[in-house]
Amino acid sequence: MTFVNWLKRHLVVIAGLLTLAYLLLPNVVVTVFSFNKPKGRFNYEWQEFSTAAWQDPCGVAGLCGSLSLSLQIAFWATLGATLLGTMIAFALVRYRFRARGAVNSLIFLPMAMPEVVMAASLLTLFLNMGAQLGFWTILIAHIMFCLSFVVTAVKARVMSMDPRLEQAAQDLYAGPVQTFLRVTLPIAAPGIAAGALLAFALSFDDFIITNFNAGSTVTFPMFVWGSAQRGTPVQINVIGTAMFVVAVLFVLASMVISNRRTKQKA
Amino acid sequence: MITVTTNKTDHGGDIRLSGIAKTYGSFTAVHPLDLTVPQGSFFALLGASGCGKTTTLRMIAGLEEPSAGTVHLGDQDVTALPPYKRPVNTVFQSYALFPHLDIFENVAFGLRRRGIKSVKKQVGDMLDLVQLGEQARKKPHQLSGGQQQRVAVARALINHPKVLLLDEPLGALDLKLRRQMQLELKRIQTEVGITFVHVTHDQEEAMTMADTVAVMNAGRVEQLGSPTDLYENPRTTFVANFLGTSNFIEAEVDSKSGDDIVLKAGGGKLVLPEARCGAATTPGGKVLVGVRPEKISLTHADDAGEIPEGRNRINGKITNGSFIGVCTQYVVDSAVCPDFEVYVQNVDRDTRLVPGADVVLHWSPAHTFGLDAAQDIDAGVEEGAAA
Repeated sequence: MTFVNWLKRHLVVIAGLLTLAYLLLPNVVVTVFSFNKPKGRFNYEWQEFSTAAWQDPCGVAGLCGSLSLSLQIAFWATLGATLLGTMIAFALVRYRFRARGAVNSLIFLPMAMPEVVMAASLLTLFLNMGAQLGFWTILIAHIMFCLSFVVTAVKARVMSMDPRLEQAAQDLYAGPVQTFLRVTLPIAAPGIAAGALLAFALSFDDFIITNFNAGSTVTFPMFVWGSAQRGTPVQINVIGTAMFVVAVLFVLASMVISNRRTKQKA
Repeated sequence: MITVTTNKTDHGGDIRLSGIAKTYGSFTAVHPLDLTVPQGSFFALLGASGCGKTTTLRMIAGLEEPSAGTVHLGDQDVTALPPYKRPVNTVFQSYALFPHLDIFENVAFGLRRRGIKSVKKQVGDMLDLVQLGEQARKKPHQLSGGQQQRVAVARALINHPKVLLLDEPLGALDLKLRRQMQLELKRIQTEVGITFVHVTHDQEEAMTMADTVAVMNAGRVEQLGSPTDLYENPRTTFVANFLGTSNFIEAEVDSKSGDDIVLKAGGGKLVLPEARCGAATTPGGKVLVGVRPEKISLTHADDAGEIPEGRNRINGKITNGSFIGVCTQYVVDSAVCPDFEVYVQNVDRDTRLVPGADVVLHWSPAHTFGLDAAQDIDAGVEEGAAA
């Protein structure tokens, strides 16, 4: 009876912890298997603890090259998509123009289109234009599919912004440039940052569209896919774990900084 | 041209609007308007929502471009200047404080944009003036409504503008705080001597704070004057109903006697000083006779003989009486007006004055005003009641 009561009282917490475990278990597996020393080529069964892969993360031919390429593409795609997407979002919220409603819905189309269809059509387009497949075709494709997400994230933020804030800035002697830099941009920043993070994550691990339009270029997701046919090197788990740790560190750092700021001011 | 004169000699802070108008497509928000607000005055634009008062204010601030006409500040034509080049600051409705900046930086914003480097002392002094020195490092959302309002005033005043514009600055505050802030704003205005232009829909607020009130209706200024002048001598039914309450009687001009006009209404006679009549007074013409509820005395019909000679009288029957402390508000049914409102001070309460009692309403002819009968008696009633 006491157990039932205990269960009743902690039901929400238990459900929460189970969901969290469900969410994080794959990450744990990735991390644990980065310390495995597999027999044979496949890293699917736990054998024994080893830090060999961590000591030599680039030990597999082509892995670090593909990683560097993916990071570069993700960086430029994020920059391009965030710049264009932010401008589109401001235009859609702030200005009344012909076909504004149509543009508003067309922006969502790339999100709704099945990715594999989009990938095949893009390839058709690039081939017909005579474009050389590689870094640039991948970058163009990534900026294209990241745009919708950036626009959506920034638009939500800009819509909730009080236009009177900008009028107040103008009333207080800020010209158009100052108003944008001192008031509009800082207030829209969380939306822009969210859009940029989303774009980076989407670009970094995109496989389908990249695979169609990469030509002979190999990005990190393509490398993982390719090597999985012949065997999975432990280094893949090392890179995955490292990315995860870096992301967590970023979050922790930003939390510490904002905490310190509020403490200083109080 | 409507002009208010004061004995001030410096005209650098005068606001002169000449033929200023604003249209959106086919909708006219403000009809061509001439208005002069003298330096150092506390001026209120009063009206219901949608009457064009805020649009007028925004045209002074430069946030709205007039469709026609010019705006002068002192001798300078500022019509073509963008808001950031006008020596005018605004306290916005719901304040528009910058959420990402703390109180200190909000107040320092205008100084910094004009390239002033050492702002610390000025901002500190200004925050002390509005009693917020302790809150300098807080963010706007951490302050109460009244505190945010004071930040908004400080943020505007620190720039020493020639004119301070206030767009319904007290609308978001509760009643008690609003009364307090009204006195506070009035005190600040007297202290700094800057021209204040205050937009409000609250007639009490306008009358308490302003030296001069312009009552606006449907994009036009209906009447402009001091609060007492507007209240005692309304020139339209809109003003008479929007500012306080008025009783109206439709009457016919009978004759003239000296400076007075004698009118016929419901079989009785009423006297109205000609100077207080805003309508044509040819015999046989129609006039709306108005009188404020607190000017009327109520006497029980049995004592009708004690009423002094020379007062306007009307017979009626009390239909409703509500005691509200300082006074009792009666509604009296009479032949000339079905629901005459009468406010009687609770000095010597006559216990016979209950619903159903026959009474005589009487008031001094000097408290009567006459308006053109060709207008809606109820103009401004709901808006005034809502405010």
